[in-house]
Amino acid sequence: MSKRRVIPGFGLSMGFTITYLSLIILIPLAALFLKAARLGAAEWWEILTSPRLIAAAKLTFGASAAAAAVSTVFGLLVTWVLVRYRFPGRRLLDAMVDLPFALPTAVAGITLTAIYAPNGWIGQYLEQWGIQAAYSPLGVFIALTFIGFPFVVRTLQPVMEDFGSEYEEAAATLGAGRWTIFWRVIFPMFIPALVTGFTLAFARAIGEYGSVIFISGNLPMQTEILPLLVVSKLEQFQYEAAAVIAAGMLIVSFVLLFFINLLQRRLNWQNR
Amino acid sequence: MSISIQSIRKTFGAYTALEDISLEVPNGSLTALLGPSGSGKTTLLRIVAGLDFADPGPGRIAFHDEDVSEISARKRGVGFVFQHYALFQHMTVAQNIAFGLSVLPAAQRPQKSEIRDRVLELLKLVRLEGLDKRRPHELSGGQRQRVALARALAIRPKVLLLDEPFGALDAQVRKDLRRWLRQFHDEIGLTTLFVTHDQEEALELSDQVVVMRNARIEQVGKPQNVYDHPRSPFVYEFLGNVNKLHEGKNVRYLRPHEIEVLFAAECNPATDLLARVHHLFSAGPIATLTVKLTDGQFLDVELSRKYLDELSLSIGDEVAVRLAEVTD
Repeated sequence: MSKRRVIPGFGLSMGFTITYLSLIILIPLAALFLKAARLGAAEWWEILTSPRLIAAAKLTFGASAAAAAVSTVFGLLVTWVLVRYRFPGRRLLDAMVDLPFALPTAVAGITLTAIYAPNGWIGQYLEQWGIQAAYSPLGVFIALTFIGFPFVVRTLQPVMEDFGSEYEEAAATLGAGRWTIFWRVIFPMFIPALVTGFTLAFARAIGEYGSVIFISGNLPMQTEILPLLVVSKLEQFQYEAAAVIAAGMLIVSFVLLFFINLLQRRLNWQNR
Repeated sequence: MSISIQSIRKTFGAYTALEDISLEVPNGSLTALLGPSGSGKTTLLRIVAGLDFADPGPGRIAFHDEDVSEISARKRGVGFVFQHYALFQHMTVAQNIAFGLSVLPAAQRPQKSEIRDRVLELLKLVRLEGLDKRRPHELSGGQRQRVALARALAIRPKVLLLDEPFGALDAQVRKDLRRWLRQFHDEIGLTTLFVTHDQEEALELSDQVVVMRNARIEQVGKPQNVYDHPRSPFVYEFLGNVNKLHEGKNVRYLRPHEIEVLFAAECNPATDLLARVHHLFSAGPIATLTVKLTDGQFLDVELSRKYLDELSLSIGDEVAVRLAEVTD
């Protein structure tokens, strides 16, 4: 006998969930690994240790982590401004945060390139300082920051909105100054949400393709990212090799995200 | 330390939260600010704490002759317990209680061992020994409230301010904590001002009740005095059940225990009114009887269960009701 439940439709909704997940995620991923499995271990090793791939992996994961970190810091700042202050144009600013979600990534990439190219609005000044933004790893980082930033804001915003002013007031009546209140009371309470935001931004950045390929210049060994390497293998009809790179990316991403999740559980005071 | 409030006025835009409030809270007293929501009681408490500031003008707040009107909450030295306690979720109970001491400037900050001793002493005072390593979410509502109290007391405040101290608790815990708080106050003797909308709580707990309504103070006095001699119909109605008896153009207010019930045969037409029993409620030591007067008005009467049994009334019986003398 199955256990009686208050909420009906468990069987149906669970069945639907499994089917849906299978069609959208599990089957495609399984197909990917099957494709990759056509090559033997030696070939896997050769593909995954080629210097060009290593360079691309370093850039992809490095720039993604750096961009997610910067997004986290500035996301905190922007969310703070959006939640804590009332000013004209606040709603407009709030809506603008979502633009990176909505904008086709290629459009974002072309726009960023135009601005940061050596003859662009901002690029020309950076050029004077000897900084090359577009067609360099810095460009990859800029594009990934643009992409990841809304994740941090949207994760943190509801948490911050629920955060009543009484914590600050309590700290103030206990004699704490503003700086102490921020660092010892407010900031620690936001850490779990910040880590979640970082994780989402990081995961999104690893898979980002459209915006990066325009601004990076795609120089092998220098500004080439892993997703581009996958696409170029496909264009050379090396489907198995592309699948191997993709599978490698998936495994590394999964391991990284898994550890960030573990870390987050430790940081979250509710679970300690 | 006594609290002296003089001519405080507070507006939020077009809304007046407090209108010319003056109040003396004697040293060592437990004073209740009682009123319905929107009466301004919490705003007044926050102004005393320095969390809000009164409108510019002649208004002054003083703690024992020291004018604190312009001093920020940070420097004012009040212990404030929030309605939902506002415990820092990421800190242990001990860290919460130690917070006020640990944020002192290095020169004034006690040694770590001293802070530790003070925390343990406070935990003992609020009867939470052994819970120092817990986190707030692992505590019950009543325990959280006592942690908040210990945290507020750690800085040795000049006065203690409590915002709806029992508002977030279950009925039973509420009653226990109420008694405990009264005892606790008598032990530590700190001038305490608390906000409540519960008249029973205010009457049972406090030395002085301040009844507020629509941004003004309606009446101040000892609980018994305010209860027995309400200065206005509002106070009469707010401080417990009351019968409104229309006598011609006048309205007479009578507490349910101020009405006596007799057999109809004992009716003295000079002082008594005839009525019929309309409803009986007798679970508990005090029974409530609703009677319908001959002119159609209803009166609620409270009488002891024992006396009700002696009368052995049932619904529809005719009785005589004798109203208490008008005293004032």
